[in-house]
Amino acid sequence: MKEIVRVAGGQGFWGDSLDAPRRQVEGGPVDYLMLDYLAEVTMSILQKQKERDPSLGYARDFVDAVESVLPAVTDHGVKIIANAGGVNPPACAAAIRKLAESRSVSEKVKIAVVTGDDLLGRLDELIAAGHSLSNMDTGEPLTTICDRVLSANAYIGSTPIVEGLDRGANIVITGRSTDTALTMAPLRYEFGWRPTDWDRLAAGIVAGHIIECGAQCSGGNCLYDWRSIPDLANVGYPIADGKPDGSFVITKHPGTGGRVSVPSVTEQLVYEMGDPHEYITPDVIADFTSIHLRDAGENRVEVSGVKGHPPTDKLKVSIAYRAGFKAVGSLVYAWPDALDKAKLADRVLRERLDRLGLRFDQILTEYVGHSATHGILVARDAGAGAGNAHSRDIPEVQLRIGVRADDRAAVERFTREIAPLVLNGPPSVTGFAGGRPKVEEIVAYWPALVDKRVVTTSVEIV
Amino acid sequence: MRVRLLQLAHARSGDKGDTANVGLIALRPEWFPLLRREVTIERVTNHFDGVITGAVERFDLPNLNALNFLLHGALDGGGTLSLKTDAQGKVFSTALLRMRIDVPDEEARQLGINPEVTES
Repeated sequence: MKEIVRVAGGQGFWGDSLDAPRRQVEGGPVDYLMLDYLAEVTMSILQKQKERDPSLGYARDFVDAVESVLPAVTDHGVKIIANAGGVNPPACAAAIRKLAESRSVSEKVKIAVVTGDDLLGRLDELIAAGHSLSNMDTGEPLTTICDRVLSANAYIGSTPIVEGLDRGANIVITGRSTDTALTMAPLRYEFGWRPTDWDRLAAGIVAGHIIECGAQCSGGNCLYDWRSIPDLANVGYPIADGKPDGSFVITKHPGTGGRVSVPSVTEQLVYEMGDPHEYITPDVIADFTSIHLRDAGENRVEVSGVKGHPPTDKLKVSIAYRAGFKAVGSLVYAWPDALDKAKLADRVLRERLDRLGLRFDQILTEYVGHSATHGILVARDAGAGAGNAHSRDIPEVQLRIGVRADDRAAVERFTREIAPLVLNGPPSVTGFAGGRPKVEEIVAYWPALVDKRVVTTSVEIV
Repeated sequence: MRVRLLQLAHARSGDKGDTANVGLIALRPEWFPLLRREVTIERVTNHFDGVITGAVERFDLPNLNALNFLLHGALDGGGTLSLKTDAQGKVFSTALLRMRIDVPDEEARQLGINPEVTES
């Protein structure tokens, strides 16, 4: 058994740095390259692509990523674990197979494809069998949006990935595996952790949580002492050095920028956290209040003491559905009295929309540069008088107006009402170079739970 | 003395549906008990009055010198439904750091907390 297994995080979401995977395998020795591509709404985007072309529906960036690291896989034993399969893992595997053939390394690439998480074709059957798939937040049954569902996937755990590795794969492609399972699975496989080694499995999940957002644990988006974080242009992506006992060290390659420190890792630990006592995954419930962090030298943080508990008998299901249309438009108003001008423009626009008889579920106005992110806290902070004085003098403010409606035509009409304000609204206005705002279809997220026993995963070696 | 949380803590926030979470982390371990005592659910609820529509929950992580706040109804529907610039709650972190608490002068002196530098 290896004493240390190095899992490198090379992608925090679909759209993350294209160079990161290559930099992770070239910057120093690693055993596994973990690539997380799936956010909540990503599955629905992929589903739309699959509807247009049945050979799509996976994260196509992954093919380029694999190409950029292929010698490391074929000649240096680096294994890749990725949830790049999206809603079509077999098609993703076929694309990687084709890549390997074109590089004449076919016999050195063994791909495991994990399927079974996709429930889209089974929703009627599940509902008929009494699984309500109610919205975890609102309690509404799925039947209220059934005809608008775009994708439905159960979050699956580490077991099929471990099986793929056990059967000799050096690239494991999954669909909606949990982000954390992609890191925990190789540790579980290498160290032979049993499915009931709750503390170790939980430690693997914590390692996964820390590195699943790429550089967000190694200096990226780090508020603590942010001015002093060196060389973000060359930020190092994280590596988890796992040990058999479940403890691990978070680090990064020498010569890279950013910083791995107790504060940077702590910021990532609390990111998107719910109840820290119960970080629920299909494999184990991790207790984040048991985590012990220790500064283990420059750019090294040791994580130990993690406690875990048996999981529930449910899996979370990520369902995406069509929920109307939206568009956001903006204009920039300049000094003097930039805010007052922007406010007048907002009133004028709303009155015009009203006269056109357009109905929206929501119109939201924000003043970027004044109160878009912290809202009324800004004025409350400064005191009313100080706030007014400040707003008179601000150099410019961006008027940002968004609308939302089921009726696409209404949203479309709204997008044509922004530009005219440049000539027929309040003065000192600019910033319309981007053109008319785009109408976007809203794909909303519906979290639900389903009994574990109705989801069967399978692993195929291709 | 009045002290802004920005002087005492760092933070990161994220989203889960229409809920934003803010992890508030003491800049120094010895300041954590002060945060735990003063940054109460009630005060955070008041701080975000008019900004969020739901309740506030707090979970303590003394192992990380951190408090995790869940701010329900913070994201105008959340995710893709929200029209907000900060639809994913990324900067609720610093919104919480705007908050001020009272620290008895003697305690502040013992803990090495300086009075707030007021902007001119």
